[in-house]
Amino acid sequence: MMLIHFELLSAGLFCLGVYGVLARRSGVMILMAVELMLNAVNVNLVAFAAFRDIPTATGQVIAIFVITIAAAEVALALAIIMRLFRSRGSVNVDQIDLMGG
Amino acid sequence: MGLAFFYIAGAVTLFGAIGVVVTRNVVYAALFLLVSLAGVAGTFVLLYAEFLALVQVLIYGGAIIIVILFGLMLTRTSEYEASGEHRRWPLAALVSIGLFALLAYAFLADSALYNSSTREAISVEELGRELFEQWAVPFEIASIVLIVALIGAVVIGRASPEEDEPEPGPGSAPR
Repeated sequence: MMLIHFELLSAGLFCLGVYGVLARRSGVMILMAVELMLNAVNVNLVAFAAFRDIPTATGQVIAIFVITIAAAEVALALAIIMRLFRSRGSVNVDQIDLMGG
Repeated sequence: MGLAFFYIAGAVTLFGAIGVVVTRNVVYAALFLLVSLAGVAGTFVLLYAEFLALVQVLIYGGAIIIVILFGLMLTRTSEYEASGEHRRWPLAALVSIGLFALLAYAFLADSALYNSSTREAISVEELGRELFEQWAVPFEIASIVLIVALIGAVVIGRASPEEDEPEPGPGSAPR
């Protein structure tokens, strides 16, 4: 079990997340794909910290911060999606063009 | 032996991730996400990060998935059954596969750098010491970020008066 294995797993997870963000139309689906990408980053951080010559806990500490921010992000994003659903009756991100984007 | 466990955890992770981005049913996608996050927790165990594996199961499996399922429940529409891919999904697949090829090429080209296999266990005590000594201020800032985000979510998610709040009746208290 070498570092390259974890790197390839993390890259695969991240690319699946990128595909999900780009290809899905539902806001909730995009949110879940973002979670996949954050988890890929966490795997990367923990793996690099664990394979260092001098052991360090810094990778795990930053992964804990990433999980904290992910929790905050999910709560805010779901609140925004629910608000959009109430005002527009849809969670399809293609139809959300209030700002003319 | 460890490698076999790694392949199992990695297969579970990637299976769940593929399920998330392929399935058309949103509830199945949330459950596939749970499978994938459990696989990531297994990967953390293999990296001697057992505290992080526990946090992963508790926060992601216990809190984030539940919040997402509640969000699905409160925004359920008939379009969920048909909420599939964007019409330009082949382009997204191309970008994703290209990115993976680039990353894999970068890792494999310098594979001598990534061939170290000496893993050092970090004890939970060491992790806690580092978190509350060296990272104490960022930790407090993270808690402020979390409370601000949650208050913001409550404010955003609350029904605004013109939407569905009932009008105050004649029996309401005089101002």
